[in-house]
Amino acid sequence: MLLFVTRRILFALALLLAVSFFTYMLFAMLPADPAALTCGKNCKPEIIEANRVRLGYDKPLLEQYWLFIKGFFVGRDYGVGAAAFSCPAPSLGYSFSQHECVTTLIARTFPVTFYLSLGAFILWMTLGIGLGTIAALKRGRWQDRAATTFSAVGVSLPTFYIGLLVLFSFCIWLRILPFPSYESPFEDPLSFLTTMILPWTTLAVLSAAGYTRLTRNGMLEAMNEDFVRLGIAKGLRRRTIIRKYVLRSALVPIVTIAGLDFAALLGGAIITESVFSLPGMGRMSIRAVVESDLPVLVGTTMTAAVFIVLANVVVDVLYGVLDPRVRSK
Amino acid sequence: MSATFTDTATLASDGTVGVVIEGKSPRQLAWMRFRRDKFALAAAGVILFYIFAAAFAPVICAVLGISPYELDGDALNDFGLPKGAFGGISSEHWLGVEPGTGRDILARLLYGARVSLLVGFLGTLLTTTIGVMIGIFAGYRRGKVDAVVGRFMDLTLAFPSFLLIIALTRPFTQRLESLGVPEGNPARLTYIVLVLATFGWVYVARVVRGQTLSLREREFVEAARASGAGTGHIVFKQLLPNLWAPVIVIVSLSLPGYVATESTLSFLGLGMLPPAASWGVMLGDSVKYYRADPTYLFIPGVALIVLVLAFNILGDAVRDALDPKADRQTL
Repeated sequence: MLLFVTRRILFALALLLAVSFFTYMLFAMLPADPAALTCGKNCKPEIIEANRVRLGYDKPLLEQYWLFIKGFFVGRDYGVGAAAFSCPAPSLGYSFSQHECVTTLIARTFPVTFYLSLGAFILWMTLGIGLGTIAALKRGRWQDRAATTFSAVGVSLPTFYIGLLVLFSFCIWLRILPFPSYESPFEDPLSFLTTMILPWTTLAVLSAAGYTRLTRNGMLEAMNEDFVRLGIAKGLRRRTIIRKYVLRSALVPIVTIAGLDFAALLGGAIITESVFSLPGMGRMSIRAVVESDLPVLVGTTMTAAVFIVLANVVVDVLYGVLDPRVRSK
Repeated sequence: MSATFTDTATLASDGTVGVVIEGKSPRQLAWMRFRRDKFALAAAGVILFYIFAAAFAPVICAVLGISPYELDGDALNDFGLPKGAFGGISSEHWLGVEPGTGRDILARLLYGARVSLLVGFLGTLLTTTIGVMIGIFAGYRRGKVDAVVGRFMDLTLAFPSFLLIIALTRPFTQRLESLGVPEGNPARLTYIVLVLATFGWVYVARVVRGQTLSLREREFVEAARASGAGTGHIVFKQLLPNLWAPVIVIVSLSLPGYVATESTLSFLGLGMLPPAASWGVMLGDSVKYYRADPTYLFIPGVALIVLVLAFNILGDAVRDALDPKADRQTL
């Protein structure tokens, strides 16, 4: 087991290294000149050149990548003398357009994305599994049709459309909720809740849809299994069979996918954060795209990749725990 | 009793002759189950209707005398909003006019369907082709090939795809334009389709690989191999026909997702450029007029919901129809 876990972690690290290489090269090859973006319109060429040297963009590409990787482990110093500054480890570079280290920026925006993801996750799992169970138990009847329709609509609508619809309905038309303006939950819990309830709902409605479908299909499949027939033959109560055998067996793949989906969300819910103006990682990424802020883009891409890869390892190890056959492979 | 084994059994279980029970192939059985599902038939009808409307958009617009680009200032009041109730719905403009410009919404919806469906179908076609080819290749060859493909899939999945799609739009459309793809919307459309396939093939390949791994060990494949069939025959005649069911289901579920992605990109200003119509452009536009002209907000949204809903219902129905256990139910 230890060997299995170690191997998975080593592979994950290698994968992240490959992702960092491709990401760095991909963004470095873009036509944007990061040094030219370091100062405004009235910029002198000398300043651009000086900044290019200061940020290390004058070096060959491979050396730049090496400095990036090295900076992550030991921190990075920029420039010399009075104008020098540094980003401590784990450094992901320096954003000149925001005048801050990328790590600092991510550390500041990540909590917002985390609260958004966590709340939405709890909501959508409850909603999705609940509706899916109802649909499976009432197969072919109107409850099934309603749940299936909900899941089809939810899965298909663009996030921005639902988000804006919800935002306008509750904040402008009905005026039940104040316009979203993010506050930390530790400083102003009430304002935090009234701001977050709509983004949570938006994400939950969109994601719950897929889980409704998965739960329904998983349960219907499980109902055909021999162990269910055995349960009936033994004379177990229907509720017991459904709770203890059908739902449990249907939930195994759902938990796996839920882990991966949650991790993907932690990389930044780009559209939701933009629509509800939440200062999270997703909105920062969009801003970085608009401003061609390459260090921030590399940083957020890497952070998102870390969550995806990490979730994969956790899921794999959990599978190894649940199913001993996986380990030997 | 001298029973002859033909396709048509003329003996009923109690031995009386006359009740005809026909043997049916799995495909016929699936079709039978599918036909029974009224929702699925309606969904298929809706999809055909959309395809027809998109394909003949110029003809329909010519017959109705409307155009997606013509500005009709007379249909707007002094504030630039449509005259009359419900977004200016009239005998001339069946679905009203766009606020600000006075362009006909029905015409724009029809032309927008061309873009949205084109992105959906081309994206799906490319994704599925690549995914099926790589999936069969990895699953059939196994061993080292499978391991290499598997690592490559892990790598592709590790990237946050939506962020990259957005971040790379501008440079890559410029690259496409410099490679000779016509500037503007053709280049943007090509980019969207290519980038959807770049990140989408993995999901198809994963399923196809898994199915191929188990199919290749089955008796009928072994029989074909034993009787001297080549790899080409086994892949195309033995494996591929058995892979359609899972592939169709993935397709019906991913196609609406591609349509939605296009509209999201257009909403962000990275998709189709105005004055070209796409549902995404219309959705993004209509949001600005939410209070003054709510009808405009609903029309493209409803058009999108109905299409996507139809695809989802169809996909579910196909899945149910192809499931040999569908008619059995114990609980």
